[in-house]
Amino acid sequence: MEKNTVVRLSRICKSFGSENVLNNIDLEIKDDQFVTLLGPSGCGKTTTLRIIAGFETPDSGEVYFDGKVINDIPPYRRSVNTVFQKYALFPNLNVYENVAFGLRVKKASDREISEKVREMLRLVNLQGFEKRDVSTLSGGQQQRVAIARALIMQPRVLLLDEPLGALDLKLRKDMQIELKNIRKKTGISFVYVTHDQEEALSMSDTVVVMNDGVIQQIGAPIDIYNEPANAYVADFIGESNILDGVMERDLQVRFAGRSFECVDRGFMTDEPVDVVVRPEDVDVVAPEKGMLTGTVTEVTFMGVHYEVIVEIRGFKWMIQTTDYVSPGQFIGIFIEPDAIHVMKKSEYSDMFGDYSSYSNELDQLSENTEEEGRE
Amino acid sequence: MKRGILQRAAAAPHVVWSALFIIAPLIFVLYYTFTGQDGSFSLDNITRLGKGNYLMIFVNSLCMALIATVICFVIAYPAAYIFSRMKKKSQKLCILLIMLPLWMNFLITTYSWMTILEDTGVINTLLGLVGLGPVHMINTPGAVITGMVFCFLPYMILPIYSVMAGIDPKLLEAAADLGCSPVQIFMKVVWPLSVGGVISGVTMVFVPSVSTFYISQKLGGGTFQLIGDTIESYFTGTAVNYHFGAALSLILMVLILISMAVMNRFGDDEQGGALI
Repeated sequence: MEKNTVVRLSRICKSFGSENVLNNIDLEIKDDQFVTLLGPSGCGKTTTLRIIAGFETPDSGEVYFDGKVINDIPPYRRSVNTVFQKYALFPNLNVYENVAFGLRVKKASDREISEKVREMLRLVNLQGFEKRDVSTLSGGQQQRVAIARALIMQPRVLLLDEPLGALDLKLRKDMQIELKNIRKKTGISFVYVTHDQEEALSMSDTVVVMNDGVIQQIGAPIDIYNEPANAYVADFIGESNILDGVMERDLQVRFAGRSFECVDRGFMTDEPVDVVVRPEDVDVVAPEKGMLTGTVTEVTFMGVHYEVIVEIRGFKWMIQTTDYVSPGQFIGIFIEPDAIHVMKKSEYSDMFGDYSSYSNELDQLSENTEEEGRE
Repeated sequence: MKRGILQRAAAAPHVVWSALFIIAPLIFVLYYTFTGQDGSFSLDNITRLGKGNYLMIFVNSLCMALIATVICFVIAYPAAYIFSRMKKKSQKLCILLIMLPLWMNFLITTYSWMTILEDTGVINTLLGLVGLGPVHMINTPGAVITGMVFCFLPYMILPIYSVMAGIDPKLLEAAADLGCSPVQIFMKVVWPLSVGGVISGVTMVFVPSVSTFYISQKLGGGTFQLIGDTIESYFTGTAVNYHFGAALSLILMVLILISMAVMNRFGDDEQGGALI
C-alpha cells in the first residue's frame, strides 16, 4: 500500500539578507519514514527543518501538512515536534517535568501525564531518572530526555536537528541504533538533519543530499551511494575517484587513456561525462594484468584496509585494499564493469580533482565546522 | 601548601577591609543600641522606639520604598526583555545608556531633579509657556518616589537584563514547539528563568530606597520624615544621640533582612537562580 504523504515542500525559497539559503526545494515526507537531510554546513538543511517546524517562513513556495498549506500556522499549532541540536532542555525543570512539559501545556490530567511520561522514559531507557536535575545528566542522557519530550506529543513527524552532533563516537553509534529502534516502535516519521554521511546512510530510508540550498539527489542510501546523480554527490558520499570521460557508445566509456566496458547506457555518442570509481571497487593486480598501471605514492593503514594513493597518468587515484603494497611500487589495477558509474556533466564536474592534495585531517576539519552561525 | 598560603595572603586585604568597615561598624551599632548615654547596658533605646511616631515613620518608609520598587519593576522588566532580544550591538548601547546616570554623582542627580520639579523649575516653566500650571510637584511623596525610581532603576534593569540575556533562544523555540502560545512561553519559560534576576533587582532597589535620606530631604523638603532622615538626624542633627540612632538602624536592618528572607523564599519556589 502506498504510504500517505504527511509533509510536502513545494518550490520553497528562502534567503537571509542577500544570502540565498534555499532554492526551489521540493520534498515529500511520507508516513512511517526515516528521511535524512544530508549536506555540508550552510547547505540549507537546518533551514529546511526549521521551515517544517514553523520557526522560519519561506519567502516563496508552500509547506503542506496533510495536503493543507501551513505556511502561516505558528509552530505551536503544528503536529510536528523538534529535537534540538543542543537539546534545549528547560534548566529549571527536572527530567519528569521536562518530558511532561507539552502535556502540561495541553492541560492533560495528572494521571495521563504520569502514565505517558513513564512510558516515554521507558522508551528512551531513562527509568528512574524522573527526579534528576537535567544539568546533572550526561550529553547522551540529555539527548534522550529531549527525544522523550518531543515524542510524548505524539507528533506525525519528528524533526531532529543534528541530535547526535555533540556526542562522542561510541555513544553516537549506540544512539543511532536506538533512534532507529524508537522510530520503528513508534511509527513516527523522522526528518533527520546531519552532515555525517555514514550516519545518513546507515539510518535512513531516504537520503536527501543538499548543497548550496539545492537538493542534489533524493534516494535510498544504496542508490545514493551506487548511483550518485552528479560529481558533488559522488564526492560528498564516501570516497570516490571522479574522472573526465567520454561515452563512446552504450556500455562503453573512455577515460584514463583507454576504453572500459561499463553498464551505463542512454548517453549520446561521444558525450563528455564524469566517471566515478569507488576506491573499494578497484582491485590491485600485477602490472602486466592491470587495465591501468601506476606508481604507489602513499599508503595509510586504516585498520580494516589500506588506503593507497596511486598515480596513473598524472591522476592520483584512491584505492582501498586489504593487500599491502609499498610506496614506490609499480602496480596494476583492475576495474569490473559494474564498478564504473557514469554521470552526466554538471556544474560540479570540474570542482573535484584527484587525491593529490588529500588529507584526512582536512576532511575532518571541514566536517566539524557546522552551521553554528545561523540565527 | 605554599600555594595555599599565597592564596590566603591574596585574600588578606579583603578580610582586613571587611573587618574594618563592615564588621566593626556593625559591632558599634550593636554596642550603641544596647547602652545608654552613660555607657551602661540599657534597653531604653529599644523601648523608646514604641513611643512617638517612629512606627508611622517605619511604615511610611516601607510603603514609599515598596511603591518605588514596584514602579521600577514595572518599567524594568519589559525594558530588560526588549533589550535582551535586540541585536548584540543595540543591546550594548542600551545598557550603556542605562548605566550612564550611575556615572554621575548621586547628589547631583538629586539636585537636578530639584531644578526639574521646583515650582519655578523646568517642567513648570514649560507648562507656563503653554498657559498651564504651575503644578506643585516638589516636596510631595510623588517627587520623592520619582527621585528613588530614577536613581535606583538601573539596579533593577541590570540584573533582570543579565538573566534574560542568558536565556537560550532555543528554549523559547522548544516551548513553542511543544505547544506554547507566546503568552504561555512567557509564563512557563521566560518568567521562571528570569525570576532570579527580579529578586536581585527588587532587593537592590528596595534596600537603598527604604534607607535613603538624601532623596527625601531634597525632593521631600522635610515635609515628611522617612526612617533614613530620622536616623541621620540622630547622628548629625542638633539632637545628636548615637545610641537611639543605632537602635533605629538596627531595627531597619532587621526589617530589611526579614524582607530579603521572604523574597528569597519566594524565589526558591520558582527556581534557585537568585543572584544575591
